[in-house]
Amino acid sequence: MRRAGIALAAAALAAGVAHAEKRAIPPGELKSGSAFVGSDLRALQNDDFANPGMLWVERGEKLWSEPAGRKKIACAGCHKVQSMRGVAAGYPKIDKASGKLVNLEGRINACRIDRLGAEPFRYESEEMLSITAYLARRSLGLPIKASIDGAARAHFEAGRTSYHLRRGQMNLSCAHCHDAQWGKRLLSETISQGHPNAYPAYRMEWQTMGSLERRLRACLSGIRAEMLPYGSQEYLDLELYLAWRAQGLPIETPGVRR
Amino acid sequence: MRRRDFLAGAVGALALPSAALAQADPVDPLVRALAGGAPLRKGRVTLVLPQLADNGNSVPIRITVESPMTPADHVKSIHLYSERNPVPNMANFYLGPRAGRAEINSRVRLAGSQRVTAVAKLSDGSFWYDAAPIVVTLSACLDES
Amino acid sequence: MAARIQIPREARRGEVIEVRILIQHPMETGYRHDDVGHLIKRNVINVLSCRYDGVEVFRADLSSGISANPYVQFYTVAEASGDLEFTWADDEGERGSERQAIVVKG
Repeated sequence: MRRAGIALAAAALAAGVAHAEKRAIPPGELKSGSAFVGSDLRALQNDDFANPGMLWVERGEKLWSEPAGRKKIACAGCHKVQSMRGVAAGYPKIDKASGKLVNLEGRINACRIDRLGAEPFRYESEEMLSITAYLARRSLGLPIKASIDGAARAHFEAGRTSYHLRRGQMNLSCAHCHDAQWGKRLLSETISQGHPNAYPAYRMEWQTMGSLERRLRACLSGIRAEMLPYGSQEYLDLELYLAWRAQGLPIETPGVRR
Repeated sequence: MRRRDFLAGAVGALALPSAALAQADPVDPLVRALAGGAPLRKGRVTLVLPQLADNGNSVPIRITVESPMTPADHVKSIHLYSERNPVPNMANFYLGPRAGRAEINSRVRLAGSQRVTAVAKLSDGSFWYDAAPIVVTLSACLDES
Repeated sequence: MAARIQIPREARRGEVIEVRILIQHPMETGYRHDDVGHLIKRNVINVLSCRYDGVEVFRADLSSGISANPYVQFYTVAEASGDLEFTWADDEGERGSERQAIVVKG
């Protein structure tokens, strides 16, 4: 009887703390990807002039003020530049109107279609990379703070499942490298914790700027798994999980990575 | 056949395979053509490269040449060579007394571990060089994004 | 072609100033293949020139060995107030230019 009582109490306690999700990497041990690249790339990222990603940030700044679409309105027409500070740090989030989870790319395109009467930007297009880089740069130094409450909860859980799912010929999940083996070597590279805080980022392997989804696709191809199409629900859910996982890490966009 | 001829022939035959195996240095003839017969001296030029490249697509390099950069004594040009890239002459930089300082920084592509060579041509017609090795590894994961 | 130039806004006459340029260009090597296996044609910025008040003070021959989005840093003597003008051209004949003014005192 006593043992059952203790078991009940333990279950009640567990149910209470389950609400505070267990983190594989505690907040105090979070490290940005820049801690896992060589000193040269870290210096390049911190060089506001020579950081190649800044070319896209500058272009984004120009695009922000260019009227577009049937309605010939510029982003700047509705959004004042100061009011965009902190915006990127809250994505992905639930769009109030549609109830769907949207990332920054999705939000930009929804605005373009609905408010400007303009064509959406494709993932990895110069325009999309420029605008997302510009917006993320507006949140430079601010902590990632995506919400997993309410309607976002189901997406968070789907993202968590996806993160822990084994896949590909190598039969690995994200957790195998980025939770269990971060800081260790993979050939001559050091495995990072896999955070999204520097995206879109200039990746040397791509020799250009790329979105977080492109980086996820690169990881999938690396473990010889099928890459999902851009904008897939699974990527969106993963983006939310990654944002939760990186909660508190300051935004560094544009990151410079291998 | 006389013995002497046979031996000479045998030595010649032995020498040939090793000459064929020795890798042709693509940089040497280019540098010799640049110097046009003038001696190539090591010194005055400092080539700085990381020992290990983060990624072969973008490696920072710095080339510095000791020179007062006066109209009478200055660096006319700096030439950069790779021994493994498909295009060995990577870049040429043309300076002159208006430069004030003979230093170039850039970022280059290096196709694998190798020695990189920088040659400076001075206003007095002399040629100086420095060379530095670098280890360049392939990316750990295949990226088909 | 988008590009950024960094030079001091002002300098003393005779001072050696640092000049930096970053140009947005893929510097396509001509050795890469696309998704269906076709060779992507080479297209690199092959020449870069800097003129200070019309006089060329720096020139570079570039090749596929220079990284994408080329970055070059060099030095020049601040002689007089005026413009530093960069021009460049790639293999397809596309030209780019960017200029920045400097005030030279003394």
